[in-house]
Amino acid sequence: MSDKPADLADLEGAALPPKLARGPWATAFAKLRSDRAAVAAFILLLLIVAACLAAPLYAGDVSGTDPFRSNLNGKIEIEGKKVPVMQPSTTGLGLGTTPIGPTWDIGPFLLGADNQGRDVMARLLYGGRNSLLIAGAATVICLILAGAVGLTAGFFGGIVDTVLSRLLDVLWAFPIYLLAISLSIVLIAHGIEIGPISITSGSLWLPIWIIGIVYVPYIARPIRGQVLSLKESEFVLAAVGLGVPAGRILLRDILPNVTTTLIVFVPLMMALNILTESALSFLSIGVQPPDASWGTIIQDGQTLLYTRPMVALAPGIAIVLTVLALNVLGDGLRDALDPRSKLRIRQG
Amino acid sequence: MLEVRDLSVSFRTEQGLVRAVDRVSFRVAPQEIVGIVGESGSGKTVSLMSMVGLINDPNAVIEGSILYKGRELIGLPQRELRRVRGQEIAVIFQDPMTALTPVYTIGWQIAEQIREHERISARGARGRAVELVRAVGIPHPEQAVDRYPHQLSGGMRQRAVIAMALSCNPSLLIADEPTTALDVTVQAQILALLKRLRGEFQSSILLVTHDLGVVAETADRVMVMYAGRIVEKATTRELFTDPWHPYSWGLHDSIPPLEGPRPRRLRSIPGSPPSLLNLPRGCAFQTRCRFRFAKCVERPELFGAEGAHRAACFLPPESRSVLRAGIGQDLKDAS
Amino acid sequence: MLTAILRRLGQMAFVMLGISILVFLIFFATPGSDPASRIAGRNASPQTLEAVRQSFGLDQPLPVQYAIMMKRLFVTQDITSFVNRGYRVIPAVMQAAPITLSLVLGAAILWVIGGVLIGLIAAATRGSLLDKGLMVVGLIGISMPVYWLGEVMNLITQSRLHDTWLFSWVPTLGYKSFSVDPWLWFKTMVIPWFTVAVLYAGLYGRVLRASLVESLQEDYIRTARAKGLSERRVLLRHALRTSLITFVTLFGLDFGALVGGGALLTEVVFGLQGIGKLTFDALQNLDLPVIMANVMYASFFVVAANALVDMAYVVLDPRVRSER
Repeated sequence: MSDKPADLADLEGAALPPKLARGPWATAFAKLRSDRAAVAAFILLLLIVAACLAAPLYAGDVSGTDPFRSNLNGKIEIEGKKVPVMQPSTTGLGLGTTPIGPTWDIGPFLLGADNQGRDVMARLLYGGRNSLLIAGAATVICLILAGAVGLTAGFFGGIVDTVLSRLLDVLWAFPIYLLAISLSIVLIAHGIEIGPISITSGSLWLPIWIIGIVYVPYIARPIRGQVLSLKESEFVLAAVGLGVPAGRILLRDILPNVTTTLIVFVPLMMALNILTESALSFLSIGVQPPDASWGTIIQDGQTLLYTRPMVALAPGIAIVLTVLALNVLGDGLRDALDPRSKLRIRQG
Repeated sequence: MLEVRDLSVSFRTEQGLVRAVDRVSFRVAPQEIVGIVGESGSGKTVSLMSMVGLINDPNAVIEGSILYKGRELIGLPQRELRRVRGQEIAVIFQDPMTALTPVYTIGWQIAEQIREHERISARGARGRAVELVRAVGIPHPEQAVDRYPHQLSGGMRQRAVIAMALSCNPSLLIADEPTTALDVTVQAQILALLKRLRGEFQSSILLVTHDLGVVAETADRVMVMYAGRIVEKATTRELFTDPWHPYSWGLHDSIPPLEGPRPRRLRSIPGSPPSLLNLPRGCAFQTRCRFRFAKCVERPELFGAEGAHRAACFLPPESRSVLRAGIGQDLKDAS
Repeated sequence: MLTAILRRLGQMAFVMLGISILVFLIFFATPGSDPASRIAGRNASPQTLEAVRQSFGLDQPLPVQYAIMMKRLFVTQDITSFVNRGYRVIPAVMQAAPITLSLVLGAAILWVIGGVLIGLIAAATRGSLLDKGLMVVGLIGISMPVYWLGEVMNLITQSRLHDTWLFSWVPTLGYKSFSVDPWLWFKTMVIPWFTVAVLYAGLYGRVLRASLVESLQEDYIRTARAKGLSERRVLLRHALRTSLITFVTLFGLDFGALVGGGALLTEVVFGLQGIGKLTFDALQNLDLPVIMANVMYASFFVVAANALVDMAYVVLDPRVRSER
């Protein structure tokens, strides 16, 4: 045949394996797109966010009421008749008033009124804005902080690691709801002033920061673990062997992997944060009046639970749908990006 | 005792039907050691798995006939197949490090197999386990039986796996690359063990490997597989002294020589195994065969007498030695 | 071995110390907070404030206050409430503990059984409609705010369907002591048990399923099947046993956290005067001694649970034993 050595001869005419059509991100995205449940969840989330963003529109055009102002003497029109929003009670002793129930009609009081005569549906949408905003911001804060702490502790090791790990241990052992509640109670009473930064007691930043900080150990520990095992991985050891400076190893080798993990955590963290914020608001130490969130509306609905249950049910259903969609999206994201990941966040 | 006829295993995939095993036929006699040699992807493992119904893939299509002691295994309901597995036909796998459940002692796992197939007390099963552990050469069998898998070395673990496989005196032991994950000295010990056990337990062994050395050491008869087909069948001696198929020639020539001048380059078979989705029409080896000619676009059957040396190649028998000698010369010139 | 235990105990003590300091700092040292004005109430005159400070020892330097509180909590055990003078905290905690324990134990039994069943059935039938259905049910369970579910249960059992045979047996909200009337106790606890169990059963079912599916891919499962074992035995004895390790460790942590007062939302919704409710009331009133006692109680359980879980890990996973 030819007079080239046998082993080189076989390369002749052989085709190179086809170049990868897309990189890892594009592959993951394609995989995610084919996951029907995740796509459905994403669409649901978009709808929820859109609806909440449209809150002013709804309050103005559809409901025609101000969801933040007490409306005890208001009247609406049903079937041509003018009916008071707060009607005399028929239950119990017949004293007091009961708000109007759901009309199930596009227009004012689709879901009825709460005990201040306010339109529940409009409040629901406005409340959604706050709930989503707080959860989202807290997620960002938490992931950035936890990523930084985990990276620092894992990468630098030594005394830095020891100190940070002890701190994380203490925070982690502190029952999480207790910590959140304690901080909330103390800070809500007075707001906080640290140097130039001051947050007033009614600001949404309080729950955002509190929820964000409280979950840091839950993320920082797995991140630290991941960094530790990455440090031992062969490609990092190879880089060290080649004399690559530590900063570049951190940036080029370790950070991308950690970022992937953090991204997978985003929807799951958001789901957790929505639940936490709603719990805090339910206990009246989250979002403060006059602002509303889904949790505060459930709290409002407590006294009306047996007479006008929709006030408490609707925000709960909203939470369930949003958290469910986030969980499904989170699962899909994890399968697409990192299917062998053993990192999971604890819930509840 | 075992008669496989026209066994074919195909998988339905998105890109079409993949024939992993294509009309494979062979026999195994009692107390015989038969080796199956081939590269990765040649279909050897899939053939084995299909024999005991361990292929779990719903997209798998298994055709043909596997007669074990006259009984047809293909199509047998799982419940019946389970009785065959472990008791009549035992399987040992490649990686001893992960083959045993980490949370139970090896004695417990051996006893579990015995008690699954025979009515015997726990103490009796334990006693049997100790005997088996002794038979495979693990020192201090009484204590070894209470050890967990991670407490044993790779070689010891593989012995334990073999002990477990032989616990119910199976007539056929299927070994899928049993020594590949072990280092060379341990390899030799395990192979010697298998040969000894063949006599002690009177089992036949079907040994699958990619290593010709293993086959030379242990097997009575050999089958060479390529791209899911058997391309040569011979006794070990025949295969090593007078191989017939160009693929076998290639396999031989890739073994670095022990004597003679040292070659400057290691020899290999040019090209790489074909994708099973894209097999050439006719002989599967033609793309890499320097002797291919017009007839090779037809599928060669195994030429030769049943039970004797056979090869699936159209090359006329008389020209074999000449052609083979020719390669030898070319290679000598090149190195 | 002994050094390991001592080191562990030291670590536990360190963590609890850290928590106590953290709590103290949160309530006493947060900029802008002043315990005296909280106790004295709004619009208290400066003299009242000063008197309050003196009588509660709030004019002492912080470390001294901390030391005094710790001493009264652990050593003399006569720590009293800031809000209800003379109200001794430790007996109150001891009284609330069995209530929380009733709630958590009952719920735990339910959720373990539920979680194991869900996980096993889903893994055994993986890919099927049943599997998907169970996972969806589990997802819904995790997505419900536990207090909201409690409210919904109350709505159904106390109000809407209370008059039907389904729920007429449900007693009014509030704890009924076991020693007084066991049957009533049981009837009171069933709905709260269910409420708590739903969340955790869903979570554990999903975790177990994922763990089982992963185990089933391992080589030793292939060996077990090759041995001729029934699929059921392979699943239960080999796959489950290995997956159990994760399950048990998670369970230990959750159980510890709940017993320590983590069920506070459920207790509030169902009117059970357990540790959680006690803590919450104290938090609302900023009654620091009670808060401190409860937080110490809670963190003790968390830390102890951690230690127990690590020990359990050694028992369950032989691979870890040799490394010690």
